[in-house]
Amino acid sequence: MSEENNVKMEESADLDKGRRDFLKYVCTSSAAALVVASESSAAAVEAADDSDAEMTVTEFFQGHFVLMSDEEKKQAIARLEKRYTAKYGKKTTVSDVAAPEGVLFGYALDISKCIGCRRCVHACVEENNQSREGSVIQWIQVMKIPKGNLSFSADKLENGYPEKSQFGDYGVQVGGNAYSPAGLTTEGAQSYYQDETVPDKDFFYMPVQCQQCEKPPCVKACPVRATFRDHAGVVLIDYNWCIGCRMCQLACPYQARRFNWGEPSLPAEEMNPKTHYFGNRPRMRGVMEKCTFCVQRTREGRNPACLEACPVGARKFGNLLDPESDVRKVLATKRVFRFKEEYGTYPKFFYYIG
Amino acid sequence: MKKAWSFAKDTSLYAIKGGTIFYAWLLFLFFFILVGSYTSYRQFTEGLILTGATDQITLEMFFANFVFTAHVAAAAVLVVAPGYFYHRKDIKELAVIGEIIAMVFVATGITFILYHMGRPDRLFHMMPGIGFLNFPNSMLVYDTIVLNVYLFLNLIGVLYILYNKYVGQFDSKHLARWFTPIVYLAIAWGPLIHIVTAFVLASNARMEPWATAVLPFGFLSMAGASGPALIILIFLLARKYSKLEINDSIIDLLTTIIAWSLGILTLVFASEMFSVLYSSTEHADSLKYTMFGHNGLNMYVPWFWGDIGTLIGCFIALLFPGIRRSYNFWLPIVCFLVFFGVLVEKPMVLVFPAFSPSPLGEYTEYHVTLIEFFNVLFIWAIAFLWLTLIIKGAIGILTGEVRYHKSSPHKVEQS
Repeated sequence: MSEENNVKMEESADLDKGRRDFLKYVCTSSAAALVVASESSAAAVEAADDSDAEMTVTEFFQGHFVLMSDEEKKQAIARLEKRYTAKYGKKTTVSDVAAPEGVLFGYALDISKCIGCRRCVHACVEENNQSREGSVIQWIQVMKIPKGNLSFSADKLENGYPEKSQFGDYGVQVGGNAYSPAGLTTEGAQSYYQDETVPDKDFFYMPVQCQQCEKPPCVKACPVRATFRDHAGVVLIDYNWCIGCRMCQLACPYQARRFNWGEPSLPAEEMNPKTHYFGNRPRMRGVMEKCTFCVQRTREGRNPACLEACPVGARKFGNLLDPESDVRKVLATKRVFRFKEEYGTYPKFFYYIG
Repeated sequence: MKKAWSFAKDTSLYAIKGGTIFYAWLLFLFFFILVGSYTSYRQFTEGLILTGATDQITLEMFFANFVFTAHVAAAAVLVVAPGYFYHRKDIKELAVIGEIIAMVFVATGITFILYHMGRPDRLFHMMPGIGFLNFPNSMLVYDTIVLNVYLFLNLIGVLYILYNKYVGQFDSKHLARWFTPIVYLAIAWGPLIHIVTAFVLASNARMEPWATAVLPFGFLSMAGASGPALIILIFLLARKYSKLEINDSIIDLLTTIIAWSLGILTLVFASEMFSVLYSSTEHADSLKYTMFGHNGLNMYVPWFWGDIGTLIGCFIALLFPGIRRSYNFWLPIVCFLVFFGVLVEKPMVLVFPAFSPSPLGEYTEYHVTLIEFFNVLFIWAIAFLWLTLIIKGAIGILTGEVRYHKSSPHKVEQS
């Protein structure tokens, strides 16, 4: 990694803060405008009283979304749109676009390029309406892994077991060197690093998010089929059907699932109003959520937000059935591996060394 | 119908009458129920964020205690089985006590699961018809089914035996045709709920300390230790404070079961430790963390050694006839230690340390919050309240103090 790739984290944080302040300013001023003259805002935000902002009895008793009739789906979507619009004060759309036919989504990530700036993490949070405070939820976790070339020493060549003793010297069977983790291992990985600049030259970085397994253990564990695999291969959750038993979280070998332990805090000004039923619509307390490959974007042919945010182009997304797609090209030409393949989950998220 | 009404009324009236110690005990339980009502309200309105659980350690005290209730519920068949399989007359009369314990503990376990769920209001999603079950894939589905069936099998058993004894029709040699299969099914179902509960944990390949074939054996042996320990305590109390006759032979049988369950448990622990620690691959990381800590995180270390020491100490203690026969001093102490030791083992050794290292290599300690702790005590207080009252009522019926009088059902007390 060269110096120009060093991203000043502090600066980007300042930038973030500036943008938030700006948004805050815009929102407060628009709220003031709402009080003074409500005609324009009222048009954008459909008038709705407080009771509409709460979950209705009909919504409470609605069935599993996948099994609903088209009419029921339409009503459910309308209910949600009305409620979100009232709650967040902006016109919110909830899409239920189906996954495209003849597509199997796949993702590839170049760990030799990743610089650990976590822009993907923050882009994901902004895109997917995760809880910001209280129970903080991030779908992508970036592991900072030590390169492991720091511990060898000639002084320790004679150290180890068994030691020389009065019973004789039989040679060292267990050596005293090379005990620290090296290479791609979770041992010694740090996920909560607070570095001012990245990348740190003694570490490499590995972002982990839902691996969209072809044989997902979470789907198997769910007692009510609230989580399922759609026909484009993406594992999704019906937030309205999830009972919060967390068996999926227990089953996931990638630590990819996040639980809404408390009421999610999503500031209205930061809320992304373009949502999908199975994707980034605001969640409620006590349900599971996770990466959906940005279902609201990818089902419409766009790229996931994390990919767009990556400053070094480490992320590739595409249709695994299309030989011309980025992912397929990566699979054909690069050294690819799957994370924790020993669990037999067959992820469609590939890591490669570019 | 009149009989059923007077059965309910007489038994309840008998169950709530007692001496000072009895009322002091109820008052003690009511204190925790009162505090727990408030903490439960907080949890159900604000969510599980009030517990110590995190995305790293996703199971809380509730789930750990649920596993323990499954221990005791499964072990209650050890009071039923000797009577029905080996025709031991002394214990057959007391089989109903075992069924009561099974019933109350299964119900308690289900309550713990309700507290564990993020959306208990959506429980109906699991009801076939309205919702649906992920059958045959999800292990939690099997667990839900076996627990509920076990609850109802025992409910039927308890009601049948107590009611027939109450009206004076019970003859253990001539049970109703439909009832005999239910008793035997309930006996077989006891270990079943426990094996399935073990499979709920063992089915998660990523939870390496649990994905082991010895887990059901460990669970059953801990059940065989903790369940009879509670039963002995109840029997000793019942013998002391009521007219119910419980022979020493029954206590001795249960003591033997505890001792050798602990013996098998020692072997299970030893074989798990050997197979994991000898090769010392990454599968050993969690056990090493529990035993010795990791980089200064050593919260579970004293619990592990203290607990293993207690259980093995109890095993050795029970090999001495002097301790086994010391019905009023040593035996209750050992039984309490076994019960408490297995109870504490659940969160502090089985559940919490198993989450470290996490799949991404994180080591975490679990810190129980006060609200969570009082919710656990709340559920236990309710469990022991039911247990006390139902067993008290049952003792009244078993001793003949509560009986059906055709003419004057209201004068039970004097009879």
